Order: sequence, then C-alpha cells, then structure tokens
Amino acid sequence: MDDGNEIEIRDLNLWYGDNHALKDVNLDIRKNRITALIGPSGCGKSTFLRCINRMNDLIEGVKIKGEVLLNGENIYKKDVDVVALRKRIGQVFQKPNPFPMSIYDNVAYGPRIHGVGKKELDGVVEKSLKDAALWREVSDRLEGAALDLSGGQQQRLCIARALAIRPDVILFDEPCSALDPISTHKIEDLLQELKKKYTIVIVTHNMQQAARVSDYTGFFLLGEMIEFNRTRVLFENPEMEQTEDYITGRFG
Amino acid sequence: MNHQKREDLVKSVLFVFSITASLILLLIIIFLFNEAIRLFQEVSFLDFLFGTKWNPEQGLYGAFPFVFFSIMATLGALIIAIPLGVSCAVFLAEIAPGWARDATRPVIELLAGIPSIIYGLFGLVIIVRFIKVSLELATGETILAGSIILAAMILPIIISISQDSIESVPKSFKLGSLAMGATNWQTLRKIILPTALPGIFAGIILGVGRAMGETMAVVLVLGNSENMPEVVKQLLGKEGSSTVMQLINQVPEILFKPGEALTSAILLEMGPAQVGGLHYSALFALGVILFCITFVLSVASNYILSRSQISVR
Repeated sequence: MDDGNEIEIRDLNLWYGDNHALKDVNLDIRKNRITALIGPSGCGKSTFLRCINRMNDLIEGVKIKGEVLLNGENIYKKDVDVVALRKRIGQVFQKPNPFPMSIYDNVAYGPRIHGVGKKELDGVVEKSLKDAALWREVSDRLEGAALDLSGGQQQRLCIARALAIRPDVILFDEPCSALDPISTHKIEDLLQELKKKYTIVIVTHNMQQAARVSDYTGFFLLGEMIEFNRTRVLFENPEMEQTEDYITGRFG
Repeated sequence: MNHQKREDLVKSVLFVFSITASLILLLIIIFLFNEAIRLFQEVSFLDFLFGTKWNPEQGLYGAFPFVFFSIMATLGALIIAIPLGVSCAVFLAEIAPGWARDATRPVIELLAGIPSIIYGLFGLVIIVRFIKVSLELATGETILAGSIILAAMILPIIISISQDSIESVPKSFKLGSLAMGATNWQTLRKIILPTALPGIFAGIILGVGRAMGETMAVVLVLGNSENMPEVVKQLLGKEGSSTVMQLINQVPEILFKPGEALTSAILLEMGPAQVGGLHYSALFALGVILFCITFVLSVASNYILSRSQISVR
C-alpha cells in the first residue's frame, strides 16, 4: 500500500545564530515507509529531524526558512498549533528517556494529557505496549518504576509511549546508539512491524542499520542533502562521489 | 621522603582537620546538654516542655509559650514564603530568559547574606508600623510582623534550592513530554515539579530551620510577651480536644498579638540570669529544644534529598 507522500520538505534552510546548519534541503517522505537519514556526526541530520516536529523551536537563536508540508499543510505557517502537530508526529530520542514514574503512567501520560478517559486508558496502554513488543515482559509489573527496566526495555517503553498518542509519523533519533546488539535487533524488528501503520523517519549513524531497515535513504553532509534514493540503489549504486566515499568508509 | 610517605602524611593531616570539625560540634552538644541538665533535676521534662507559665522569680519554667510562638511565627512565614518562593523559582528556572536569570541570582544570594539585624530594623520601622496603622492595633509588634520578616529571610533559601532542583531535572524528561504534544504548563505540572519536589521540600525544611533559629530580627518585631492566649492553655489542659476548633477560630487574633520566640527568650534573659543558677540552666534547656528541632529538620532534609537522587538517577 503506497499512498504517496506523507511529508514533503521544500527548500528548507536553518540557522543556529550565524551557523547555516541546513542548506536548501528537499525531500519527500513516503507514507508507511521507513526513511533513513545517514551522514557523519554534525551533518545536520538530527537537526533536520527536529524540524519535522518543530522541536527546534525550543532552541534559542534558531531561524528557519522554507516549507515542511505534512499532508500538504505547511507546519511552519503562522497559525499552526504546535501542540496538535506534535500529537501527530511522535518522537523517540537517542537516549531512552522514560519519566520517573510507573510503566503504566509513562504510557498513559500522552493519552491523559490529550483527554483520553479513564475507562479507555487500560486498553490504550495494553495495546501500545503490545505494539511496542514490550507487553509480555512487563504485563505483570505495570506499576513498577520505568527506570528499573533495562536500557532496551526503556527504549521500547518510549516507543510505546509515542504510539499511545496515535501519531501518523514517528521520528527516531538514533534510537539504538545507547543499546546493546540484542536490544538493537529487537527494535529493528519492531520498526518493520510499525511501518505497516506508521510513517517512520530514522536518523542513524550506523550505515548497516540504515541498509537493513529502511526503504529510502538520504545522505547528509555539512548541512546539505547530497543524495536521496531507494535504500538499495543508494547503497549499491550511489550517484554521487561523496556518497560512495562515505558508505565505503573512506571518511566519516 | 618518598611518594608513599608523603601521601600518607597528607592523608593524616586531612583526617585530623576533618575530625576537628566533627569534634567541635560534638563538644558544643555536650556543653549545651550539660548546662541544661541541672534544670531537670528540679523540674520534670514534661513540665518544662508543656508548662504554660514562665516566671523564673517564682520558679516556674514552662517553655511551651516560646515553642508555641516560634512555631506560629514560622508557620506564618511558610504560608507567605512557599507560594512566593516556589513560583519565583519556577519562573527563574523555566520561563525567565537567560539575562534575567543571570541578573537575579546574585541579587538573591545578596538577600541571603544580609545580616539579620538589618531585616529586624527594616521590620521594626516599616512592617511593625504598617501593621499598627493599617489594622489599628495597640502595637504593631505582633506574630504577623515576625512572620513577614521571617518570610523575607527564608525566601532566598527556598528560591535558590527550589531553582537548583528544578534545573537539575534532566532536560530529556522535558523534551520527551513536549514531543508528545504536552504544553509547557502540562510539562511543568506533571513532569518537572513532581521530579523536583523532593528538592523543593528540602529547601522548605531548611527554611523552617532558619526561621526557627532566627534571633535578631525576631526579637525586634515580635513584641516579646510570653503571655499565651487562654485557649492555648486550655488546649493543654484536660478538655483538650473540644477546644481545637476554638483555637483555629482564634488564629487570626493570635497573629495580631505580640509573642516571644525561643531565641528571643534566651537572648533577653541571659543577661539578668545568674550564672550557674536554675534560670540560667533553663535558658540552656530552651537552647536544647531549639537544637533538637533544627537537628531533626536538617536530618529530614538530607534524607529527602538523598532519596530523590535515587529516584531520578
């Protein structure tokens, strides 16, 4: 089921003060596909990710030009409700960041603030934990502290927490960089399940991971998007010399 | 001298210095209790703590009025200082732009460093007079005046400790909450404040300790009369429970009357008291009460802080 583009980015520029961090980025993110963003550290891929749910708004001195169209609507238009936008675009962070409360309350946090009633809450929590492949491990200790979980479990809890607000898009910012190989593997499997229902954008500096999980890959270098293509094509037959240098390990 | 020997020497010198500090504290405690013990050979401990009459000339040593007034003044100060201090800390930590934060921090630190007698003078000239005139009282030297001055004095403690603990809430919690479409207010209320609460609480407890132990400012504005309201005396008598409501009803009235704090009593009576006499010893016993209160408060505050670090990691 390929129903076109969920997000279209048009001529996006971003400055941190005088530092021109993103330069004329154009990119289409397809619905129900996994789009990976790769590139060396500091190339702007995480910055770009944060443009999609406007988390860059929280950083002082950021200036943004260009358009990010979510289903055709520019999210940088003046009257856009950022809170409602972030409800549609969930984010999972680099380091697992569960809140210092129970497992249940972590997952219920989003639905509660968005006004889901008490009766439905149990169902939402259970479904989200099941979708995040965590239910079997925690179903008998939902009232236990989230911070007592292992790193990999914490990260899946954060995914469950993001799923609980029923977003259309989920942004993953290097979700496995703090995890061991087994936890990483679990999350990669999970991504394949999630893409059936959600549009996924994942930033990773692990090229193998991008090659394994994604359908499309964009290569960033020094704030510019050098190349964007189907993952297979980009890795096996890159058009640009810089892309080839990077994926063959000649720099980065 | 080889390296190992030098290391050992440094270690033992540092050990001696650090032991000295603890030893001084220990000596002070022993001294305090030693001076107070003579009173309890004549007066029972309960009579001392809950006795309502203090008249050294007649041999009456009931410390309860002082305890009562100290607690009332401190409670009043808390009622003023907690909402002010915590909201100020929230503003500084979460809302204020960087330059405002940089400007306020030294001001608050300065506020904490002003000698307490200066607060007392300010209270005597401004607050006591204001209360007298605006409420048309016989004297403005009241518990209320003491509470206001104490509030001003503990405000810097509450603000700076609360601000520190709010700022030490990991940024990732805040980002996680905002990324799920929570508003700033929801994030503050449901994530940041609950996480910072143990720290805020510890700050408040430290403030209580400061307020209970404060002397110079309080002695100037409280009026120094150890006459307790009748209801409070009845409360300690037999028909205790029935008068609780009466006491609550009279709280405003009590606030507008003079009182005398534990610290004031020691300060004012130590001069006339004969060294080594019973009166002298009774004043040290007041000191023991004060010491126990502040000791418990500081232990409680440390305990809460240490637990909070475990839960946040």
